[in-house]
Amino acid sequence: MSTMIKMVRAFAAVAVVATATPALAAGEPPHIERQQWSFAGPFGTYDRGQLQRGFKIYREVCSSCHGLRLVAFRNLAEEGGPSFTEEQAKAIAADYTVEDGPNDDGDMYERPATLADRFPSPFPNEQAARASNGGAYPPDFSLLAKARAAHRGFPWFIFDAFTQYQEQGPDYIYALLTGFEEEAPEGVTIPEGKYYNHAFLAGNAIGMAPPLSDELVEYTDGTPMTVDQYARDISAFMMWAAEPHLEARKKTGFRVMIFLIVFAGLLYFTKKSLWRNVEH
Amino acid sequence: MAGHSNYVPQSAAAKWLESRLPVISLVRGSFVDFPTPKNLNYWWTFGGILFFVLIAQILTGVVLVMHYTANTTMAFDSVEHIMRDVNFGWMLRYLHSNGASMFFIAVYIHIFRGMYYGSYKAPREISWILGVIIFLIMMGTAFMGYVLPWGQMSFWGATVITNLFSAIPIVGEAIRTWLWGGFAVDNPTLNRFFSLHYLLPFMIFGVVILHVWAFHTTGNNNPSGVQPKSKQDTVPFHPYYTVKDLFAIIVFMILFAWFAFYVPNYMGHPDNYIEANPLVTPSHIVPEWYFLPFYAILRAIPDKLGGVAAMFGAIAILFVLPWLDTSKVRSGTYRPLFKQFFWIFAANCVALGYLGAMPPEGWYVIFSRIFTAYYFAHFLIILPLLGFLEKPRPLPASISEAVLKGGSGTPAGATSAPSTK
Repeated sequence: MSTMIKMVRAFAAVAVVATATPALAAGEPPHIERQQWSFAGPFGTYDRGQLQRGFKIYREVCSSCHGLRLVAFRNLAEEGGPSFTEEQAKAIAADYTVEDGPNDDGDMYERPATLADRFPSPFPNEQAARASNGGAYPPDFSLLAKARAAHRGFPWFIFDAFTQYQEQGPDYIYALLTGFEEEAPEGVTIPEGKYYNHAFLAGNAIGMAPPLSDELVEYTDGTPMTVDQYARDISAFMMWAAEPHLEARKKTGFRVMIFLIVFAGLLYFTKKSLWRNVEH
Repeated sequence: MAGHSNYVPQSAAAKWLESRLPVISLVRGSFVDFPTPKNLNYWWTFGGILFFVLIAQILTGVVLVMHYTANTTMAFDSVEHIMRDVNFGWMLRYLHSNGASMFFIAVYIHIFRGMYYGSYKAPREISWILGVIIFLIMMGTAFMGYVLPWGQMSFWGATVITNLFSAIPIVGEAIRTWLWGGFAVDNPTLNRFFSLHYLLPFMIFGVVILHVWAFHTTGNNNPSGVQPKSKQDTVPFHPYYTVKDLFAIIVFMILFAWFAFYVPNYMGHPDNYIEANPLVTPSHIVPEWYFLPFYAILRAIPDKLGGVAAMFGAIAILFVLPWLDTSKVRSGTYRPLFKQFFWIFAANCVALGYLGAMPPEGWYVIFSRIFTAYYFAHFLIILPLLGFLEKPRPLPASISEAVLKGGSGTPAGATSAPSTK
């Protein structure tokens, strides 16, 4: 048994080394609160209603500047997502126009989107996006929830591996959307056309005006129509957009774990009985 | 190898094959009847674990290649295509990216096990050197693999590392251009890295065969460091070590699955989910965690060429380790002083890893220099001197005696020291 304990120790030690993740830019990073998410933890799943509400916010507010180019309309009706019906997803797609072609005359033409299309981006290219947004580039939403993270630092990043904390992205997005302040604190000057946000990772001045306000998007399911709730819903939606197979991953992971643990147990006793007559 | 088998072919087909190509007796001699010291502890299972991870990486990699596109305009999106549209693509990709980290966790434990038990000493120098070669190819493979998703860290990591070669006097610039296939990291660079990333694992496989061949010729080292003297000291590899190694592999797979299924992006960098952009430099470029100690050594030296030399020197010094350690005693179990210096060295490496992740400023730089100096001092001063200064504990007459005394399997420091690497 002492060898078992040694192994467990060994793996704990290894995990410590493995957690030496690259991190931490210079300077004092903003503190990002950890939030509760339905998709956190080993049995996490997306909240369908939340994803549908988040999508509504994306469609009515964010999509005028932010793209979602890697997500297809069919994804909206797929398992593990917002679970729109196929009819609903088709109707959503039909509201968007995409460029297709060339046709037999050699001309490009526009047509309503279908389930097979991906979300068209609001600007044809980065330069056009910058030109319309005072030089700032509204990033595409497809991967943003995995491409941003709150700084954790030592020793927290070590615990994160064991507590399965992987929601730094949505935590950051929520903090950013609720982090706007009318007045910058004493000594902080905000350039013309920028807005003060205490959660923004790249300095305190962000090019995006506060996008959310109470009662901005109408919820029909009785969910409170507050900035706080909107920020949670859009963050959850963005997490799904970045990781559409999260539920399948965690579900598969649990089965894999059960199998491996049972198999390891059987092998341990096999090994023990095999070696019982060998002094080692 | 084959000489260890008493296999006599029974069936006509086996006789026919055996008289033309003695492959059955070769395999039986190497992996069935092979006499293995009976006192190997669980640190010895990492060889088998590494073999498993290598095969797993090759299998997932071959399938990933069926869906990946090595072109700067398409690479990033093709990885997302794998993650979103390919059936179980997310699983293949997360297994492969986390598999690289698992590979390094296992190889570092394997290397430190060899250091503690003196597995590099005569007559196993060739096994050790082949192992260092495998480690080097692994590093190249992992580096080039990290470039393939063409994210921001892929691109800028590749830029930083390839730029190191320009530090070489006179020919440096030409070598860098030759590596890039142009005047910056670009499509030709991605294409050649992809080609080499596919090639190198098979070279690793080849060197692994030589590595195993070498220590099957000399026989395994073991925790006592004493050569087997009689039949009582060994057991046949199968079923004793096949079952024990398989158990260890499955336990290791639990750790692997934990990362791949529950925290798959834990060991990655968020910036790599942003497509490569040559015009935007990330505020803080860091390599993957397994390169961090070497990255710290690189940055510790204020001179560019000196830094590159120190970084490569930190690996190159491993090649001559068998001749730097002057002690006649193999196993650290019987070396009271060495044992302590071993754990200090291990902690030193972990500290270098931490510093490699920190920005190169203030105290971080000073500590990087101290720990870098200690890294080399361990090999160049401490190990050569210890052989003369240290009075080893008396060695057991045989493995069986070591086992009966109960001193064999336990590295004395292992129970108290929290970090091995």
